Amino acid sequence: MSTTTESAHSSGPSPEIGKSRLRKEDARLITGRSRYTDNMVLPGMLHLAMVRSPYAHARITNIELTEAKAAPGVFAVLTGTDLAAEQGSLPNAWPVTPDQKAPAHPAVAIEEVAFAGEIVAVVIARSAAAARDAAELVDVDYDELPVVMDLEEAFTDAVLAHTSLESNKSATWVFDSAEAGTGTSIEDALAASDVVVERTLYQQRLIPAFMEPRSTVVDPTGEQITMYSATQIPHILRVMLALTLGIPESKLRVIAPDVGGGFGGKLQVTPEEIITLLAARRMGKPCKFTETRSESLQVGHHGRAQVQRMKIGATKEGIVTGLSVNLLADMGAYLGLITSGIPILGAFMYNSIYKFPAYRFECNNIFTNKPWTDAYRGAGRPEATFAIERMMDELATELNMDPLVLREKNWIKHTEFPFATVAGLEYDTGNYEAATAKAVALFDYDGLRAEQKRRRDAGATIQLGIGVSTFTEMCGLAPSRVLGALNYAAGGWEHAQVRVLPTGNVEVVTGSSAHGQGHETAWSQLVADRLGVPFENVEVLHGDTQVSQRGLDTYGSRSLTVGGMAVLAAADKVIEKAKVIAAHLMEASEEDLDFTNGAFTVRGTDTSTSFSEIAFAVFSAHNMPDGVEPNLDSEATFDPVNFSYPHGTHLAAMEVDTETGQVKVLKYVCVDDIGVVVNPMIVEGQVHGGLAQGISQALYEEAVYDDAGTLVSGSFVDYLVPGAPDLPHYITARTETPATSNQLGAKGVGEAGTIASTPAIVNGVLDAIRHLGVTDIKMPCTPSRVWHALQEAKSTGGVQ
Amino acid sequence: MASSTSISVEVDGVSYTDNVEPRLLLVQYLRERLGKTGTLIGCDTTNCGACTVHLDGVSVKSCTMFAVQADGHKVTTIEGMAQNGKLAPLQEAFHQCHALQCGFCTPGMIMQSASLLKENPHPTETEIREGLEGNLCRCTGYQNIVAAVKSVADGVEYGDSGVCVSESLTHEVAKELTDELTDDDSETAGVS
Repeated sequence: MSTTTESAHSSGPSPEIGKSRLRKEDARLITGRSRYTDNMVLPGMLHLAMVRSPYAHARITNIELTEAKAAPGVFAVLTGTDLAAEQGSLPNAWPVTPDQKAPAHPAVAIEEVAFAGEIVAVVIARSAAAARDAAELVDVDYDELPVVMDLEEAFTDAVLAHTSLESNKSATWVFDSAEAGTGTSIEDALAASDVVVERTLYQQRLIPAFMEPRSTVVDPTGEQITMYSATQIPHILRVMLALTLGIPESKLRVIAPDVGGGFGGKLQVTPEEIITLLAARRMGKPCKFTETRSESLQVGHHGRAQVQRMKIGATKEGIVTGLSVNLLADMGAYLGLITSGIPILGAFMYNSIYKFPAYRFECNNIFTNKPWTDAYRGAGRPEATFAIERMMDELATELNMDPLVLREKNWIKHTEFPFATVAGLEYDTGNYEAATAKAVALFDYDGLRAEQKRRRDAGATIQLGIGVSTFTEMCGLAPSRVLGALNYAAGGWEHAQVRVLPTGNVEVVTGSSAHGQGHETAWSQLVADRLGVPFENVEVLHGDTQVSQRGLDTYGSRSLTVGGMAVLAAADKVIEKAKVIAAHLMEASEEDLDFTNGAFTVRGTDTSTSFSEIAFAVFSAHNMPDGVEPNLDSEATFDPVNFSYPHGTHLAAMEVDTETGQVKVLKYVCVDDIGVVVNPMIVEGQVHGGLAQGISQALYEEAVYDDAGTLVSGSFVDYLVPGAPDLPHYITARTETPATSNQLGAKGVGEAGTIASTPAIVNGVLDAIRHLGVTDIKMPCTPSRVWHALQEAKSTGGVQ
Repeated sequence: MASSTSISVEVDGVSYTDNVEPRLLLVQYLRERLGKTGTLIGCDTTNCGACTVHLDGVSVKSCTMFAVQADGHKVTTIEGMAQNGKLAPLQEAFHQCHALQCGFCTPGMIMQSASLLKENPHPTETEIREGLEGNLCRCTGYQNIVAAVKSVADGVEYGDSGVCVSESLTHEVAKELTDELTDDDSETAGVS
């Protein structure tokens, strides 16, 4: 079934699909007509400031509010006790095991705080400045409690992150291929292997660091409570607010206006949103809370933070016999919306593109006194891909084999699809040979290997390494049945509406809400393609639960493969409805009509009627067929039967200065197969941005804490979000193997770059200096860490 | 309340006289007093550059200036860049080159790019990257931003095909890299 085609701007099945349409959403964003939440000003609006705990674990013994309440412009100061009857406990939608443990999580802490930055009081004032000034006057007494910051230490339960829990362990989740019937026993497989390589790898804690700090405005005036929020998930947020606060869902309207990036970091129901809503309801006035960047870095949920104990077995010919994965996953102090499920999403991806006969995965979800972790671009899958791709390189070293050769010996051949994996998924299509061949050619793999050898032989100061990463991922979250089987509370469908206006203009309502991904453009292309109306005549509406009444929002590279398919299905229903009316208007039989280029034509004649003529006929309704409603509007809900499985091969040429530890990306080539592409320009942008974040995990970013639990990297001075000089020029290309799980053949692309690039970079760094005795460097591979690794290798006699 | 000071500022061609608190930042004055919400706030440490505007034609981060420091000066924000309904070249370039996704860094990025090109009308790719060092973008990975700025410097005429400039740039840079690698051989690897 698989086909591979040249992809660069190839024309798709229609003029719209496969066309790099410039983005509709740019016009407002490049001129400053943006509508981010913090831009919002409403009459009588009050402002909130949060009082946050400076301690990572403490008991609150007293809160003195007198001075703060008396400060100029202050309307109220509220504590957790004040809100106890209404604030509920923040939701976790993914109890991964029936016995999962989780502490109660009130938006404003009442008795105990479990991470530095947890909210203990809230000030409501006339201006943001007045609120912040008064927040300084709130005097809180704490009894400090022991903190546990290190994940491996937390696993021992020597110190408890919560006094209310008996253990730091939230849940243990296991997948075993022998038990699942998807493979053989890992113990037997490893025992029979010629080689077993064992490594412990570390996923540092990352901060999503979207550019727009989170902001929420709640308007309690009128019949409904309206929340504007910088969120990825207006629909899920509405349901969760209703369930958490006991407000009828119909009395809540959530609007995500322009949202300045998310990357998973705005896939959350936050304390700040709950508090702003409760404050607005109490005051009867609109309330706004906008976090500072320091607050954003400190308390917005983080990502990654895992310890990965890996064992891989193989024959001496390089055929992998089995893989064992044992994870510790840092939940932080509380479970967020899908905190507990993030490492589990990785469970299905450690086997990656390979045919492993045996596989065992065990994950322990552990509490620490750090802020919660949750989705961050890739969510479980970058961790899995990093670990397996690092292990494949370690195995290649052990077997003295080229890393690409080892991979090819083990990967699923393009003739073997569909392929049931040892982790229990069915990969529908793929062509790893084609993507790799193209990457190797673009990269000049042989030339760079020769150059590497020259530098090694010459003992050059600047050594060269080649990092390989071949990957696949499961995205397009998701088949609802699969999510149900994993005990996730919600489904994975998506909803769309296509509304035909009297003039023939079309409104498309989508449940997947964009925050930079270009839905307004891509969805217009889909509908222009299907209905034959001009691209310009399509308007895409999203991000407001009153306009888009059903939806499951944007994450997991799901928008096109799930939401886009709902749009196409709704458009198809419009055509079906229009056909009946067209036949009536032309006094022809429906069976004799063709629909092309936005018009119905009676086959074999030149009699036709255009889409806009039908739209107006429906509006006037003077001449409708008997029993047919004067309405072309249609809606559809799409629930995929399978994930989509984009894949690709990424190659990084890394230079390492052996005297300074400085690392440079000399060349980066990626060939991604994301199936059929609607807008190549947008796709390339997604790839670039994904690469930047993945490369940045490898080289730059880490949330660092001191022993007391204070975030040391708490501002953009200390947390290195790379700037333009810190990132390379990416050389990108595509191969195209259509997915079979949706009618377009599309796969997700939002996370691919992030998932694939981190191991490519680290493998490249290690490949450059492995001959000097360096076998591992913890991420991020800063000059200091690289230099120390080189010195350590030298002192232990690793240098040749 | 703190005392207030009278300032006169010209912003995007309009003169304003206002009383402001001495601690009021220029960006707060623009956003909260003048409603110039096109200029955005992304951090509190002058690292991200989202708030970049021009003061007398030179880029400044408006979160690092007090409003009172702008007294008697001319400020241009992203909202003043288009003239008579026509986009400034950099605005057009950012659109054509897909140099924005979520758009939050974009106003600052365009203002900084304009300042960069004024100082150095024909920058190399490296000079563009270094010139934008103080402006963070989390979406684009910078490649298309660099391409947009370069396209303005090069006077590129955009077709109507909507094809991203970076595709052609990719091959150009791939070639440059290969050349650079060949040069580096002799210098760093000691190979003749």
